[in-house]
Amino acid sequence: MPNKSFFWFFLPTGLAMILFIGLPIISTGVQSFYAQHDQILKEVKKCDPFGCKVSVQIDQEASSKIREEKPLGKFNGFGTYVDRNHLATDQLSNFWNESNSTGEFLTKVGNLPFYKALIFTFTYCIIVTPCVLLLGFVIALSLNSISRKIRGALIFGTILPMIVTPLVGSLVLFWMVDAEGIIGANLQLLMNDPYLSVKSSKTLTWITIIIYGIWHHSPFAFVVFYAALQTVPQEPLEASIIDGASRFQRVKHIVLPHIYPVVTFVALISLMDNFRVFEPIIGFSAQGSAQSLSWLIYDNLVNEEVILFGSAAATSIMTIIGIAIILTPVLIRTWREFRTNR
Amino acid sequence: MDYGLDKKSNSLKTFNTMFIVVWLLIACFPFIWTFWGSFKVRADFFSRADWWYAITAFNTLLETGKSFTTEAYSGAWFEGEFWKASRNTIIVTVSVVSVSLFLGTLGAYALSRSTKNYAFWILIIALVFRAMPHITLVSGYLFPFFQLQIWGILPTTIVVLIAINQPFTLWLLYSFFKTVPKELDESALIDGCTYFQTFRHIIMPVMWPGVITAGLFSLMLAYNDFTVTALLLNQENHTMVPKIQSYLGTNQHEGNLMWAVSSVVSATAPLFLLVMFFQKQVISGLTAGAVKG
Repeated sequence: MPNKSFFWFFLPTGLAMILFIGLPIISTGVQSFYAQHDQILKEVKKCDPFGCKVSVQIDQEASSKIREEKPLGKFNGFGTYVDRNHLATDQLSNFWNESNSTGEFLTKVGNLPFYKALIFTFTYCIIVTPCVLLLGFVIALSLNSISRKIRGALIFGTILPMIVTPLVGSLVLFWMVDAEGIIGANLQLLMNDPYLSVKSSKTLTWITIIIYGIWHHSPFAFVVFYAALQTVPQEPLEASIIDGASRFQRVKHIVLPHIYPVVTFVALISLMDNFRVFEPIIGFSAQGSAQSLSWLIYDNLVNEEVILFGSAAATSIMTIIGIAIILTPVLIRTWREFRTNR
Repeated sequence: MDYGLDKKSNSLKTFNTMFIVVWLLIACFPFIWTFWGSFKVRADFFSRADWWYAITAFNTLLETGKSFTTEAYSGAWFEGEFWKASRNTIIVTVSVVSVSLFLGTLGAYALSRSTKNYAFWILIIALVFRAMPHITLVSGYLFPFFQLQIWGILPTTIVVLIAINQPFTLWLLYSFFKTVPKELDESALIDGCTYFQTFRHIIMPVMWPGVITAGLFSLMLAYNDFTVTALLLNQENHTMVPKIQSYLGTNQHEGNLMWAVSSVVSATAPLFLLVMFFQKQVISGLTAGAVKG
């Protein structure tokens, strides 16, 4: 296609992407270097019959004036990145000097908001991704050997957890797991502890969110693996059966190598999706014990008094860097595929 | 696996069936349970005394005289103004799907027919854009939107969702158009058609299978979105998903949990019906594009 026609065909979608994906990323980058203005204080002298008092008050007029002049806030450089709510470099070095053991240091670091979120996000990714791959693969293998007549209905049932929005999915589970729900109540009976509640226990909350993640993402892995299983060649399988290979050996030596490229792809896609975990924290109302990077951004943006644009932007940029690291293998793969296809 | 030579032992067969049954129970039971519970009163579905009440409908019988009640639905839809939220969702979904398909088909067609290097780089950039967490984009939108005073209204959200949707639509339709033989448009071009005429008369009649798949994914994105709609719309214009969240209540105001339950059911039912009818397209989209929506 000549350049000119290409330009006109691509213009609308290109414009949409530049304006609403490209620019916001730049805007986030710029915002991350600014912080909201400090309150401007003024001294007010109040006199009554017993004498005069000087008190410090917020100068509303001057504050709103400077906010109007410079709505972005004051320039802060990398200040937001290294403050207590983000990388907390000062606190880190303090903790390092004060702490007697590595364990103590790590506990202290784990209490800083950014690192707390980072730890949860990583734990979630590291546990959920392999479980999703495994469960998805097992479901695909197992459904593949069921009679074709009922397979359609079974596939429909299987993909249900994936098609609902994460907020709804997590709410539906939360209502069951909560102390007043069916699973929660039975758990209390089982453990013989009438005060047992998912909400109040940090470990239980983490476990439920992780189970939710596996429940929600497995269908995607299943669908891709199931489609890949349909393309496994029959001859080598038949040959291996004649040679006396067991079921497990067949899966290990023939099926898995055949679908290996798909496995890595699903792994990277789910890793990327898991890295931005956010809605389940709201659905499970787990803010108290589990925070993720995306949730930190959300929390800054819905802040009651003043929206912390700078803080949210700094976390966003660091999240984007994380995503970029995970994305690199995908990009390299796509690049190679594209080169060989041409 | 159904291979002629493969003699399966009975125990393996039973185990397999059991595994599938257990998995389907895990996958579907939460939805069935929520659907069942939405016809009860709060004291039954969230029973402090005994979870068995949710089945026997002890309190529902006491409060309403029947074992099923539609109170939660009428409360949410009218008092809770869920009808407004669903109207907004319909507006957003229909506009997002139609516009993003229009932009996407044009762009993807051009990408699939271009042999230049820049087409490849555009696809790579689209892949990077697709991977961006929506919340990071939203943190980029909020400030400029406040300044321009276009925050809180439906059109802004629609445009944003269309743009967010583009990378995925482009990739999906790009791989679809790659399967449409080039000879088809080449013959039209030789006959003197311009590229637009070729697109209009030759490509459009054959592109519907791909477009339906892409449309389904755009629809699910717009319908299911929480991040963008919750942060870019004001209370008045909330769509279904943020509305459900608002029923949950916060520290400041108490929510109405049964409204949330019934609206979850109301919001999920159309989606399930849709997927039931278009299951093939959804699955082909997930695998062909090999990129998740």
